Amino acid sequence: MTPQPRPKSLFDKVWEAHTVKTLANGQTQLFIGAHLIHEVTSPQAFGMLRDLGLSVRYPERTFATVDHIVPTDTREEPFADPLADEMIRELRKNCAAYGITLFDTDSGKQGIVHMVGPEQGITQPGMTIACGDSHTSTHGAFGAVAFGIGTSQVRDVLATQTLAMSKPKVRRINVDGTLGPGVYAKDVILHIIRTLGVKGGIGYAYEYGGSVFDAMSMEERMTVCNMSIEGGARCGYVNPDEKTVQYLQGRPYAPEGAAWDEAVQRWLHLASDEGCAYDDVVNIRAEEIAPTVTWGINPGQAIFIGENVPRVEEVPESERASVAEALAHMKLTPGAPIKGTKIDVAFFGSCTNARMSDFIEAARFLKGHKVAPGVRAIAVPGSQVVKYQCEELGIDQVFKEAGFEWREAGCSMCLAMNPDKLVGDQLCASSSNRNFKGRQGSVRGRTVLMSPVMVMAAAVTGEVSDAREVFGVRQEAVA
Amino acid sequence: MALAPITRVTGRGVFVPGDDIDTDRIIPARFMKCVTFDGLGQYMFYDVRFHEDGTPKDHPLNDPRFAGASVLLSGENFGCGSSREHAPQAMYRFGIRAVVAESFAEIFFGNSVTLGMPCVTATRAQIAEMARLIETDPQTPVTVDVANSTVAVGERVFPVTVRESAREALTQGRWDPIAELLEADEAIRQTAARLPYL
Repeated sequence: MTPQPRPKSLFDKVWEAHTVKTLANGQTQLFIGAHLIHEVTSPQAFGMLRDLGLSVRYPERTFATVDHIVPTDTREEPFADPLADEMIRELRKNCAAYGITLFDTDSGKQGIVHMVGPEQGITQPGMTIACGDSHTSTHGAFGAVAFGIGTSQVRDVLATQTLAMSKPKVRRINVDGTLGPGVYAKDVILHIIRTLGVKGGIGYAYEYGGSVFDAMSMEERMTVCNMSIEGGARCGYVNPDEKTVQYLQGRPYAPEGAAWDEAVQRWLHLASDEGCAYDDVVNIRAEEIAPTVTWGINPGQAIFIGENVPRVEEVPESERASVAEALAHMKLTPGAPIKGTKIDVAFFGSCTNARMSDFIEAARFLKGHKVAPGVRAIAVPGSQVVKYQCEELGIDQVFKEAGFEWREAGCSMCLAMNPDKLVGDQLCASSSNRNFKGRQGSVRGRTVLMSPVMVMAAAVTGEVSDAREVFGVRQEAVA
Repeated sequence: MALAPITRVTGRGVFVPGDDIDTDRIIPARFMKCVTFDGLGQYMFYDVRFHEDGTPKDHPLNDPRFAGASVLLSGENFGCGSSREHAPQAMYRFGIRAVVAESFAEIFFGNSVTLGMPCVTATRAQIAEMARLIETDPQTPVTVDVANSTVAVGERVFPVTVRESAREALTQGRWDPIAELLEADEAIRQTAARLPYL
């Protein structure tokens, strides 16, 4: 009898396939199958490349777009902000100089870098993907090993198509059961981060699985994988299945003909083997997850919509200083319900939750409602592809009629590197991924993270609300 | 590209209290509208150090007693959030040469080592004690010994943890991996040739 090969996780299979060699310090030199770049973290890398007299090793495996600094109210150039204008020019110059594909503002394909990769079919199972942006973990939804890197590493990948990396451990996170009505992928990942902590994932890759992930669409899987970094994990992924294949079929960069058939077979065999060993396993029941919102200044400071803001004295000694700091910044009453907290701004956008299914689902509930007086509501599609599709389906009209501003694609108020910013201590109900102090462009600004449908509920009521009550959400089949 | 080995960093210390200090806080996004890292040092921890009107806040980083400190001490999960290398770049350009914290976010850790700025971990109790010693005498020399996994504050020596791959890279002068990565030219080609999707 020939011995059976040892069962392996997807992570191990991909890591091994891309290992160039072991470096002198024990790290792995890892080959990167697709390198995504944008205007904020690449210019210095190109500068370093030029200083070293190096060139781009695999320009055909390098893809660029512009997302962080683009204004979303107008695309007229030059941009009003001369610094932003300089950055987009620099990106264009570098892409032209090295023969890198750029999905520019006039391409119809521009968008947040983590939207563009999947939309164009660049993101594929079994690849390693790197980008100078921490939300690169999004691409793990396809069974890719994808992670954010610093600018010096962007230089490394440009120059060699490889980087030096320590191999993380793998933690399997099972979410089994059925999510209740009005509970979304965003609630699942907020709950995971709340449960394991913002540093719980340090040293780990997260493999998400279980019946909830089997049932999720690709876009929902992207939402979860996107926020892996918020839990401290180096990357997060879901094993590829038929849904992964269906999503990719016919996309511009997907294989065709015989190559497609071969790729599909390969992709479906990538999933972690039955009985493979994990460094850790965590089990979560879907039924225990309710719509979740953050109350503090990191994404792990989250509660169910029916819960109360914590009191300092209720938490362990080691967390008290952090909780006190968060409560002071957020100006929330300890022990009071989070529900009913007045909002000033509703932001629907970001690489976490600005995909087509997010807009379809949000519009379904928003239709016929009006944004509450005094609330500024902004809808920012994550990509031009999503924006134009929304406009074809009349979804933009639903938002405009409700009183939302309908914008061009970009990162926008998620990190406020463009003109979209909070003012003073405004409180924002946001579908984005970070509630750090000052994250949305005002030092005193306050962010409450939630799912898009919960943002809709907050927008129409003018306060943090339970969307299930506001919209009478019941279990319905969502197309 | 011969790099100087970094076996130890000696300077004075400054304690920046707090857990989960994110990279947005280390360098706010509005200061990242730049195409070089030059001049980022002055914006390090900007909103932590200054009021909105530009006047300085009461903070250790503004305290003249700690001016010129090059060893920064902090809490858990230091450098979490955004992968922006602008954060360690700003710290380095401000004059920070080593960080001692309870734990580090992965990307920040890697970015810092690549700049030759060691990150070492110590326990909460150790850091509290180091902070107390620095507060008592801000002129006390602080030495982060990467080779021997210790932090000395004056006469007191604390055993700390240095990740092995980082120790090796720093002490062997290989903390910026680009030269070693470039050497593997043929192995890179072979790896690419094996990948079914290329």
